[in-house]
Amino acid sequence: MTDVRNMIAKNIAGMLHDGDFVNLGIGIPTLVANYIPDDIDVILHGENGFAGQDKELPITGIHKDVETYKAWLNTHGGEQTDHLSGEGHRDLINAGGFYITLLPIASCFDSSVSFAIARGGHLDVTVLGGLQVDICGNLANWMVPGKKINGMGGAMDLATGAKKVIVAMEHCTKDGKPKILEQCEMPLTAIGCVDVVVTELCIIEIKDRKLIVTAMAPGITREELKEKTGAPLTFAETVQTMEGV
Amino acid sequence: MKNKVVGIEEAISHIKRGDTVMFGGFGGYGTPNNLVQEIVRQNIGDLTAITEDFSDGYKPFEMGLTALLSHKLVKKAVMSFAGGQPRVTEQVFSGELEIELTPQGTLAERIRAGGSGIGGFYTPVGVGTVVAEGKETRVIDGKTYLFEKPLRANVSLVKAYKADTFGNAIFKYDSISFNPLVAMAGDIVIMEVEKLVQPGDIPPDRVQLPGVFIDYIVVQEEVAP
Repeated sequence: MTDVRNMIAKNIAGMLHDGDFVNLGIGIPTLVANYIPDDIDVILHGENGFAGQDKELPITGIHKDVETYKAWLNTHGGEQTDHLSGEGHRDLINAGGFYITLLPIASCFDSSVSFAIARGGHLDVTVLGGLQVDICGNLANWMVPGKKINGMGGAMDLATGAKKVIVAMEHCTKDGKPKILEQCEMPLTAIGCVDVVVTELCIIEIKDRKLIVTAMAPGITREELKEKTGAPLTFAETVQTMEGV
Repeated sequence: MKNKVVGIEEAISHIKRGDTVMFGGFGGYGTPNNLVQEIVRQNIGDLTAITEDFSDGYKPFEMGLTALLSHKLVKKAVMSFAGGQPRVTEQVFSGELEIELTPQGTLAERIRAGGSGIGGFYTPVGVGTVVAEGKETRVIDGKTYLFEKPLRANVSLVKAYKADTFGNAIFKYDSISFNPLVAMAGDIVIMEVEKLVQPGDIPPDRVQLPGVFIDYIVVQEEVAP
């Protein structure tokens, strides 16, 4: 399972270019950061108000009780630590709620600037999780009707505004149903927004209501892929082989 | 000039039962958590809350904005993200809480509009989704947009790192989030700060939130979870 998620992340990282300004959503998209090739620099945007994340910090043990946590907060704020130290600062988190460090080129800004970036076409790429994607490039990723109230957070803004939207998701649901469909059934996040879908089985580009398979995982047959997809597939002239982890 | 620096009890007493209250912060971080706890202590209910979320950034403890739900002080929320906030689901399903879900960037812009004298704006975000239900759409240069209205509050609660006694404030890192927007859109604006300094200590060109928006300042050196 972990390997499936990491494989998807690694293949998406391979699509990024030097200098790209990128937002990574929560879930599989977060893992993409671990696979960005060493020879390129990518600037990571956080919807809560930064550009230029360096690392997520593995800070553990501070939540064991209220007193321990209060003590940590009150020794990791103000000028006590900074964005480079790696000790963590209580006012520096990413959208997933992890403490982070920032690169020297980083900047922080308020939510209206952050979403001007998202909505205004300033992001080269946004990578989002998905529940369903369809042949029109519609994306559903924020709500399963009748279940928990989730809220869309920044997903609608990011999906609408980024120059390129990559969806990172497992090819089928846990009970084996296709998630790539003729038409999404779940509430939409944005219409016609998806450029590329990356699953553990294949990479699909969506263009003019066509699902074009550009790469497949090793060992998968075209027949198997068609069976597991809820809409007709077109295969590119050259279908590449996806990278494993 | 009026002294803006007051005790926490006096500051929060300006919120009345049934008020609309707007909160800065994101995911429990950059949230005026001491002010929130004082609302709970004074048991001010029937509130309409405008907030990005009700997260306690400090899981597994139930604190931060989620305390307002635990004490059943909120009847309606205009909000964006409810993931990992079981109280929201519980109270929506039980009928105790009404919510209006708003895309996060739209929420930020609605608050900014409310504080800037703008009567609303057209955004492409939400077109073709449930967010568009009941809203005017308009095609501008071939692209479809939704009309979104501004948001204002009776009282805005914000959190800054450092401010002078006039309220000129600066923030640490991304704790800025919704805070300066929220500070512009409330009839009464209360700011929690960690450090209080004298006028002139923050150079004018380093001020991130002008003190002209601020009515009351509450100094809380210890951050509350």
